[in-house]
Amino acid sequence: MSAPNVHGDAHQSSHPKLQHHFHNMAQQLEASILGMWVFLVTEVMFFGGMFMAYLLYRSMYPDAWLAGSNELDEVLGGINTLVLIVSSLTMALAVRAAQVGARMAQIANLILTIIFGSIFLIVKYFEYAAKFEHHLVPGANFDPAREPAQQLFFSLYFMLTGVHALHMVVGIVLLLVILRMAWQNKFNAEYFAPVEVTGLYWHFVDLVWIFLFPLLYLIGKHH
Amino acid sequence: MSHVSPKGLYYSVFGGLFILTIVTVAIARVDLGPWNTPIALAVAGAKAMLVILFFMGVKYNNTLTKVVAASGFVWLIILFGITMGDYLTRGWLGVPGR
Repeated sequence: MSAPNVHGDAHQSSHPKLQHHFHNMAQQLEASILGMWVFLVTEVMFFGGMFMAYLLYRSMYPDAWLAGSNELDEVLGGINTLVLIVSSLTMALAVRAAQVGARMAQIANLILTIIFGSIFLIVKYFEYAAKFEHHLVPGANFDPAREPAQQLFFSLYFMLTGVHALHMVVGIVLLLVILRMAWQNKFNAEYFAPVEVTGLYWHFVDLVWIFLFPLLYLIGKHH
Repeated sequence: MSHVSPKGLYYSVFGGLFILTIVTVAIARVDLGPWNTPIALAVAGAKAMLVILFFMGVKYNNTLTKVVAASGFVWLIILFGITMGDYLTRGWLGVPGR
């Protein structure tokens, strides 16, 4: 048997979305997933630097960390944790629907994911507003009665949750693009890599929050 | 490749994540001395594994993708380990310039 002629007849019957440098759709999907993971590794390191700052300053100012953490609203943080987990479930179901070519289920789950992501951001808005009202934002208006080191905690709180929220906004925009493509019937059981790769991004943002919730909201609860 | 997981698996993973979230909140109220944060991180790590293996489907990806996915977390451990190894031991020698 001769080797398959990759630049010849093999492609004539192949999927229109298959790029010519791939053998088949499965290989193309594997490459997309691998590429997305390379990007996500850079995201792990990006958030990792801030987690490193959290770890170091917490080891230096443990009391400021406990006092700062107890100012955060555990109920809102917990609700947002559940909202994100549900959104990850609907995202996984949207990818699955794309894999089996179930267009309406895919559209429904994408819309649900966008709704839950938006709920997360709305809750976050009310949390941030309360922090401004209570003079917990680092800077000139930080509550002077508080230990100055608590500003470090709140700086990292706003940086970590702010960058996380920015990732949520980007994720929602990506989901709106994917939703439009799904609506236009661009995906099928052979071609769904954009849905799968966007799903990986969305789950990663959920992953970051899984660590942020206990490390920011819950560390002072046993005191 | 294109492994399609049954819907039931996704619902089970969601159930596991839900229960572990309740465990996270409950265990934070118990005073475990220095162990509160390590245990909270262990629970978060278990939740992360559920998300990575099943929702992100790394369990069904090829070995190269698995290694790349793991590499980010390996580098994270190097970052935390070496930096804290430096800061936590700076006072040991009692010399100027620490």
